[in-house]
Amino acid sequence: MAAPTTPIDLSAAMITAPVPIGHWLAILPVAHCITLGAGLLMVRAYPRLQAWLAISGLMLLALMDAALLVKVTAEGPLTMVMGRWLPPFGIAFTVDLVGALMAFTAALAALAGGIYALADIGDSGRRYGFFPLLMLLMAGVTGAFLTGDIFNLYVWFEVLLISSFGLIILGSEREQIDGALRYAVLNLIATTLFLAGVGILYAIFGTLNMADIAAKATDLRGTAPLMTLASLFLLAFGMKAAAFPVNFWLPASYHTPRIVVSALFAGLLTKVGIYALIRVMVMLLPVEREELGFLIALAAAATILIGALGALAENDIRRLFGYVVISGIGNMLAGVALGGIGGISGAVFYAVHSMVLMTALYLAAGEIARRGGSFLLSALGGLYRQSGGFTAVSFVLFLAACGLPPFSGFWPKVILVKASLDIGAWWLAASMLTGGFLTTIAFGRLFLLAYWRPAPMALAPSRRCWRTGLSLAALTALVIGFGIMPEQLLRLSQSAAAGLVDRQAYVHSVFPEGRAP
Amino acid sequence: MEPLLSSLVGLFFAAAIYLMLSKFSIRIMLGIAILGNAVNLLLFTSGRLTREVPPIIPAGLDALPSGTANPLPQALILTAIVISFSFLAFLLVLTYRAYQDLGTDDTSEMHAAEPDDRPLPPLGY
Repeated sequence: MAAPTTPIDLSAAMITAPVPIGHWLAILPVAHCITLGAGLLMVRAYPRLQAWLAISGLMLLALMDAALLVKVTAEGPLTMVMGRWLPPFGIAFTVDLVGALMAFTAALAALAGGIYALADIGDSGRRYGFFPLLMLLMAGVTGAFLTGDIFNLYVWFEVLLISSFGLIILGSEREQIDGALRYAVLNLIATTLFLAGVGILYAIFGTLNMADIAAKATDLRGTAPLMTLASLFLLAFGMKAAAFPVNFWLPASYHTPRIVVSALFAGLLTKVGIYALIRVMVMLLPVEREELGFLIALAAAATILIGALGALAENDIRRLFGYVVISGIGNMLAGVALGGIGGISGAVFYAVHSMVLMTALYLAAGEIARRGGSFLLSALGGLYRQSGGFTAVSFVLFLAACGLPPFSGFWPKVILVKASLDIGAWWLAASMLTGGFLTTIAFGRLFLLAYWRPAPMALAPSRRCWRTGLSLAALTALVIGFGIMPEQLLRLSQSAAAGLVDRQAYVHSVFPEGRAP
Repeated sequence: MEPLLSSLVGLFFAAAIYLMLSKFSIRIMLGIAILGNAVNLLLFTSGRLTREVPPIIPAGLDALPSGTANPLPQALILTAIVISFSFLAFLLVLTYRAYQDLGTDDTSEMHAAEPDDRPLPPLGY
């Protein structure tokens, strides 16, 4: 090894100052999930120990995300570059308010799911690897929310996808294999399209760092095929989020796995697609979003109505809830289509509400089946007589899903309807309200048939189970809290939207000394 | 070099989409395999294609001489190849399991998750 002929000035290539302790928080949740996922694999011979380790790990994850959220709220976006290479060369984790907020909510939903799984996933499911896969899923989800590098976003998508494959076939029943095939093929195609988009993006921009792309897009507009790029991303993320023309994989697969798995998928995965859409379309390519706005709005209106109509036509409550997920995705898409602080803050608020609510709804479906013995509306009945408490919890969740006050679904809908009326898109507002109305009919009938109708057969008084009860009650408390005291979340989602529309703070956090030309 | 590879990428995409439109799961898998490679080639093309100039900074310079290929997309491909290979392996096993359990490789005859005779919800009681 010959010594270099000229002394190398490291400060031109690397940040030589050590990482401030607080910045480690950006990478900590992901590192924690991956480490714990691997650790849980090692103790798979001890299912009880594994489960409790996983629950405490999920609690720790929620704490970390909460600390991150507090820090980001107080100090603005936070950047940590891997290997201390100067951005845009090193892979950056840049946490802004949207990412931190969604990561924290995801951790709460996962914690509730994990507690429910203590009762729902037996020893064989645990030996099969439910908890390690759950931790890896959370690594993928959290990584996608926190990363500031678009290729890295692709990698996190793949991490969450492969763990979701493992979770969806847990149990290996015939219908699971069928649903998993559809889920796997369509999601893999979507991710591959995303990768193609990343390839074209790199050819155009010569960088993968999101802050760098956002800054460069202004100069390149007009000469580079940015519309092609935006359309490709729209299709890829729309497919992941189950937006209208590419939504058919969701009702075909979400009712097949274990109910906890359905709950986590419905709560987390589609919202990752929406998050990526917001991040790329609103922050990186805002002018292209403006141009595609009408198309996105059409897709949003169609998604809302198709979802609500689908919910009306289903006999299996899990499939019914699947269509409700799709209808919610339409509302978030409407926010993306509207843009501006109003639309984006509505979409972010709706995403947070939807993560908590959809997880809770599927867990309630599991509870309905445990108490009533079936998932089918035609066979259910008598749940009100059996348990008043559970009926009250379900009623709250159903009202929130319909977007009725005073629960969490009401506020984001108010924001979105107001934002669309402000720009004169009355038809978008009308489709949101019609969607809400149809969903109310679907839920009303569900309540009528499963709760008020006398039981078709005598129901055995079901045993109480604190784990399922605790997770459902915690999520319902969140839904009520968001509904009655929305100011805090409203403020958070508004400043999150402001941070996406005005990217200065984000770019400054990655390039504190100004961007090199 | 670029026009040649670009048309190859187009050809790969066309073949992949044609295969994925098929009803038979094994053809869909072949389509996915080709789609993955189409995207890998696309990434490869995005980083300039030149021959015989290794991306090594010569002594005395502090940047790559012009005309060298950008090595970053090649690193990206490496990641993408590993990922798409593992996904393909998983999907092939899943397809085989589906063939064994459902007794068909025709996706339009796979009705285990969505039976044809699903009843509508009751209209009243």
